[in-house]
Amino acid sequence: MVEGTASPYRILIAKPGLDGHDRGAKVIVRALRDAGFEVIYTGIRQTPEMIARAAIQEDVDAVGLSLLSGAHMTLFPRVASLLKEEGLGDILVFGGGIIPDEDFPLLRKKGIDRVFGPGTSLQSIVDYLKEALARRKQATDGKSKARKIKEGAKAAK
Amino acid sequence: MSDIRRLARRVEGGDLSAVARAISFVVDERPGSEELSSELYRRSSSVHKVGLAGPPGSGKSTLTGRLISYWRGQGLKVGVLAVDPSSPVSGGAFLGDRLRIQDHAGDPCVYIRSLATRGRVGGLTPTIFGAIHVLEAAGFQKILVETVGVGQDEVEVAHAADTVLYVVTPGLGDEIQALKAGIMEIGDIFVVNKADLQGKDKAVADLRRALAIGAEASPAGGWAAPVLATSALTGEGIAALGEMIERHQDHLDSSGQRSRRLKDQLRAEVSLYLARRISRSVEKRLTERHLSALVERKTDPVTLGHELLDARGGA
Ligand code: B12
Ligand SMILES: Nc1nc2c(ncn2[C@@H]2O[C@H](COP(=O)(O)OP(=O)(O)OP(=O)(O)O)[C@@H](O)[C@H]2O)c(=O)[nH]1
Ligand SMILES: [Mg+2]
Repeated sequence: MVEGTASPYRILIAKPGLDGHDRGAKVIVRALRDAGFEVIYTGIRQTPEMIARAAIQEDVDAVGLSLLSGAHMTLFPRVASLLKEEGLGDILVFGGGIIPDEDFPLLRKKGIDRVFGPGTSLQSIVDYLKEALARRKQATDGKSKARKIKEGAKAAK
Repeated sequence: MSDIRRLARRVEGGDLSAVARAISFVVDERPGSEELSSELYRRSSSVHKVGLAGPPGSGKSTLTGRLISYWRGQGLKVGVLAVDPSSPVSGGAFLGDRLRIQDHAGDPCVYIRSLATRGRVGGLTPTIFGAIHVLEAAGFQKILVETVGVGQDEVEVAHAADTVLYVVTPGLGDEIQALKAGIMEIGDIFVVNKADLQGKDKAVADLRRALAIGAEASPAGGWAAPVLATSALTGEGIAALGEMIERHQDHLDSSGQRSRRLKDQLRAEVSLYLARRISRSVEKRLTERHLSALVERKTDPVTLGHELLDARGGA
């Protein structure tokens, strides 16, 4: 890999709470691996704190949460806010499972970029992720460039 | 202070998110990674590194979890690099080791990082040395490197670790014979894991016999590689393994082997770096025109290779 060429995106797939339905999460892990992502899977029964710590230590670009038990309204936002507290608000948080449509807007407000329900095609998840991560990368590259320019201006004074 | 230096200082302060970011810098070879590496290397010292190799599923990750607990019990800070293979087709990877090392999630003195081989054969990623140096700089007192379970190809781990554990299971039986070449020479300690399953005694005996044959040909600096039985599931044999690892470390020190190994590791690191840099800079010069000339047999690969290497001076 040449300096500057893109390395694969790293994704953490995690199952918060006591929900044992792990088929969907495993299907997602495999689909993302086959689409060229490096995927880390936490396994079931993770607290939001464990998930945030794993995301930090693994320096992932995104965290995908899977939940079929109905506890998503408390657990998903908790993970997003823990990441923000650690200064890692630029990690993309998304999710899936049994999640009623009417919950989407509030989840989005609380930092969950998007959720996918049963029957979603895997390709559409892959496409979404590639697109969303490319967009974020552009945004953060822009930000650090802007900061450099600002610092440069300061130094010149 | 530059961003890179600031990151280096945070690593040295033991900030785990800085450690994570620094490892990404190094393994992705991002701009600034070389500055970061030299900055960290010069200000740190080497740490005892334990490598785990062995066939897929033999329990390397579960054993890693147990060894972390053992060392945490002695108050040591532990860093783990767990390597899994990238898919040659998609370039993606399922990094599954973390799944088996769960008990330390809340411990700020334990850092676990999953890495993909990214197209490298031999069980390690080309930039593993850089990742190890980040952990050294961050003050970890034990470093564990788990390699891909691909059997014969794993010899490389010997270039990155001071003490290599080779982990097998009782079920392996006759395969042990087949494993002998290559692998047998790199193992400093052999572990028959899953000792809670049937056939442990036979596996231990088979391994000891196989090793005795090898040992006559190459007595590795006066260390006769021992065979231990463990169960990463129940915890049986873990303390004995921990003590044996310390014994091996003492042996490295008292026999003068430690610095020999360190030099071998550094030689491997430098030569990997050279190979990457040279082939990159030379390959950039290989044009469509050169390839056409080869097709038409106006030149040959060796002559062209020489020309490209010689033209490199100005790069
Ligand atoms: C199979 C199944 C089980 C299996 C689980 C096996 C396993 N290891 O996963 C068993 C039999 C064990 C089981 C048990 C229970 N189940 Co059940 N189970 C199901 C069932 C029929 C299918 C789930 C499934 O595997 N689907 C296949 C996978 C591939 O789909 P998926 O998980 O939805 O994933 C897709 C999307 O949601 C999305 N996705 C999912 N995760 C993620 C993550 C990310 C990051 C992204 C991008 C996308 C994404 O992408 C996937 C691919 O399209 C559902 C009903 C249903 N039709 O969904 C009920 C269901 C989930 N179960 C239910 C219940 C209640 C239970 C039990 C509590 C029953 C009981 N009373 O004992 C227990 C609890 C078990 C536990 N420990 O948590 C309820 C949940 C109700 C709720 N949310 O309010 C459901 C909805 C059935 C129902 N209609 O009542 N169950
Ligand atoms: N019975 C028994 N099972 C074990 C033991 N150690 C590990 N296992 C199980 O063996 C399986 C593989 O364990 P891992 O620790 O993932 O093995 P690994 O060598 O790291 O596997 P790879 O990284 O895929 O090569 C898991 O299901 C473990 O629970 C043991 O001592 N006894
Ligand atoms: Mg493993």
